[in-house]
Amino acid sequence: MQVRFKLNDEVVEVEVADDERALDLLRRLGMKGVKEGCGEGECGACTIIVNGKNVASCLMLAPELDGTEVWTIEGLSKNGQLDPVQKAFVEAGAIQCGFCTPGMVMSAKALLMKNPRPTEEEIKKGMEGNLCRCTGYFKIIEAVKKAAGER
Amino acid sequence: MSIRSTEEIGYSIIGREVKRVDAVQKVTGQAKFVADFDMKGMLYGALVLSRHARARVKHIDTSYARSLKGVRAILTHKDIPGENQLGEVINDMPCLVPEGDEVRYYGDVVALVAADTLKIANEAADMVKVEYEELEPVLTIEEALEGKIRVHPSGNIVTSKKIRKGNVELGFLRSDVIIEDDFYAHYQEHTYLETQGILAIFDSDYGLTIYGSMQCPYYVQDAVPRVLGLPLNRVRVIQAETGGAFGGKEEIPSHVAAQCALLAYHTRRPVLLVYPREVDIQTTSKRHPIKSHYKIGLSKNGKINAIEVVAHMDVGAYATLSPIVMYRSLIHAAGAYDVPNVKIDIDGVYTNKVPCGAFRGFGTPQVFFAIESMIDEAAERLKMDPIELRLKNALRVGSRTATAHLLKESVGAVQTIEHAVKISNYEALKRHVAEFNVKNRFKKRGIGVSHIIYGVSLGAAGQHLDAASALVQVHKDGSVSLHIGNTEMGQGAKTVMTMIASEVLGQSMDRIYMANPDTSYVQDSGPTVASRTTVFSGNALKEACEKIKRRMTEYFAKTREVSTDDVIFEGGTVRTLDGAKKTSFDALARECDAANVKLIETGWFRTPKLHWDPKTGLGEAYVTYAYATQIVVVEVDLLTGRTNVTEGYTSHDVGKKLNPVGLIGQVQGGFVQGMGYAISEELKTENGKILTDNFNTYIIPTVMDIPKKLKIDFVEDEFKTGPFGAKGIGEPSLMPTPAAIANAISNAIGKRVRRIPATPEYVMSLLE
Ligand code: FES
Ligand code: FES
Repeated sequence: MQVRFKLNDEVVEVEVADDERALDLLRRLGMKGVKEGCGEGECGACTIIVNGKNVASCLMLAPELDGTEVWTIEGLSKNGQLDPVQKAFVEAGAIQCGFCTPGMVMSAKALLMKNPRPTEEEIKKGMEGNLCRCTGYFKIIEAVKKAAGER
Repeated sequence: MSIRSTEEIGYSIIGREVKRVDAVQKVTGQAKFVADFDMKGMLYGALVLSRHARARVKHIDTSYARSLKGVRAILTHKDIPGENQLGEVINDMPCLVPEGDEVRYYGDVVALVAADTLKIANEAADMVKVEYEELEPVLTIEEALEGKIRVHPSGNIVTSKKIRKGNVELGFLRSDVIIEDDFYAHYQEHTYLETQGILAIFDSDYGLTIYGSMQCPYYVQDAVPRVLGLPLNRVRVIQAETGGAFGGKEEIPSHVAAQCALLAYHTRRPVLLVYPREVDIQTTSKRHPIKSHYKIGLSKNGKINAIEVVAHMDVGAYATLSPIVMYRSLIHAAGAYDVPNVKIDIDGVYTNKVPCGAFRGFGTPQVFFAIESMIDEAAERLKMDPIELRLKNALRVGSRTATAHLLKESVGAVQTIEHAVKISNYEALKRHVAEFNVKNRFKKRGIGVSHIIYGVSLGAAGQHLDAASALVQVHKDGSVSLHIGNTEMGQGAKTVMTMIASEVLGQSMDRIYMANPDTSYVQDSGPTVASRTTVFSGNALKEACEKIKRRMTEYFAKTREVSTDDVIFEGGTVRTLDGAKKTSFDALARECDAANVKLIETGWFRTPKLHWDPKTGLGEAYVTYAYATQIVVVEVDLLTGRTNVTEGYTSHDVGKKLNPVGLIGQVQGGFVQGMGYAISEELKTENGKILTDNFNTYIIPTVMDIPKKLKIDFVEDEFKTGPFGAKGIGEPSLMPTPAAIANAISNAIGKRVRRIPATPEYVMSLLE
């Protein structure tokens, strides 16, 4: 079937199979920043923002994207300028292997869009679905705080 | 002509807070992991796995699967042009299990598939019919030792290792307190966020090129030519961005690459083979389960007189790196103490389960958990504070390790204990915990201490691999290329190497680029393991940079008519001490290039030969050692058995801090990974099959689980041979944590934890 949605502020129209995952569609469209870590909705590496909410794109079907507004990591720094959340991740040293990073940033972004001044507990709640095996999360929390402080 | 060394002038980059050099690539999603490669005509690979823990493969029928449209190749053992043999240390593992032979665990690979899409590849893999004759498997260490069934024709003992220092019998005779106990440390799964993956491209003119997620490109460059029957110069291995490894991408990528390369070789098309999480967990190596029996004897004053250990490691179906992991377990089994009499026996045994291999800490977190529990138990018997007992027996300059290695320099052990006490405010901490426990009936807090030693790099058992090379080129515009043979897998190697080059050359970091390792540039530099990259590649790189700097210095001195020891490289400029003569590094590079000055160099580093005797286990086990002390506080819910780690304090002797931001990141990550091992990461198996094969059942820490406070401290007791005095941190960051947490739980509930992970069920069983 044909789906039409807004991807990183640009309208796309594309043919998809009924059982294609949103994750695979987005990667097929070149959004390789959307990572697959588990395929089960457990790790958050495939996190994207759909209509303002962070979702696991591995659990979503491509047809469900029809009519939505989708953001992936590629959309955050479109003009070569880092988004404040991305900048905070770099500055706080919240990145190691970087595999969880795009998903982490998207969850942080979704959180801050809803709640620009989250408490530490709210940050943790907002990032709970994103696993990181490298950093131990400390600097990720720091990064989100930093990003919140700088808006 | 003398030239000023960087050490003489003082550091401008080393020890400073810098941003990761690869951070922007990663935060924008541009960093290219292997699954992100798109090649024209690329095929997708899938595996046909064993469905039994042990069975004879009677017949493999691929005809039905072949008929599926879009299938490009289905390969079995018959399609291997070279040797059907894998195994970095012991040749015990086939690439594809042949008909007539046995599958030895659930993850053994019987056939390979390549197809136009991943979906077709998976479907075809399901359609390959394999006829098995089921056989009774060996599932426990005890069954393996019994030896009724042999996992391999050679028997079930992979290898045995020992230490004989002094006379333990005498040591026990002299002791006032003797304690014996049994411990068990279970599996741990790496769960790097990016699963294993390889892209193989075969071209009859250019040979085979392999991109992949890996720690050790040179292992891959060994394994693949062997299976394909090609010379090494026809196989080029390039590391792609690697999404975490922790030891799990030490040997395994050689297997994945051999599988993928076979598919590329037969189809003449690029093939991408990425393991789904379930396949990754079911098939790839884990941290070894270790069962151990410990006996320790002490005098009333707290001096340890003797330690005796008998331990068994569950190696699983294939040895992978087990013999070297066992070496490390052996050397570290008696802990970080000055003990005159030590007797240790470790056996590794085969079972029909997932192979075990390298995992951050390499066979030590298990034995530290045991020895540190014993030390705590001893402290309790002697009515001594656990800190005091550790201080009494800690290693110092002039002490001898468990292998009788005389320590001559860089022993920060005692300092790490003192610092941990200080940063935790230990006495007050004890009071707070006691107060909390008086007030709370169903929640109890406990404090746990651990103190560890870590042999840096591969040690005597791995010396043949312990060298590293580097290639540095200053281009005519002054930009610099670095090539080393060790990999960046998240730990920050690229940043540290760039800092070292920047420090020596005085060129600014953003003008220096470190490429991913490529076996065609740099000689085999050994594996990226054992916290050795900073010392080995760092030294090789430093040497190469210094050679180039020397030539640039001489050129500058000659053309400006100044003396070479008057020349300084700093902040992107080259100048005389007084600043009278000055030029930019970039301009000088152009001048040098025009004057035919050689601006490309290699460096090479190896350590002096270590003398260690495998018969007694005595001698110089490692070039040097790192030390750490950790104090943690836990809160145990007595109604559920659930443990929360609430505070952590950790002090690490790193020789010298090169990259403070990176060091802290390593310690934080290592702590949380160690915490998962201590309390939540329970790998469940049934008849040899792993049941917990994804994140919904194998529970690693989330952001909700981390302690409120983790204070980190570094001791800098410089190691002369390290670059600028540095030792490694990669593994020591994790190693003390499981032991400290286990001790804290024991302290909280008043019962000795003898098994990790100490899951809620296990803690409840202790409370009942
Ligand atoms: S890949 Fe979607 S949550 Fe893990
Ligand atoms: S940085 Fe490696 S998983 Fe988060």
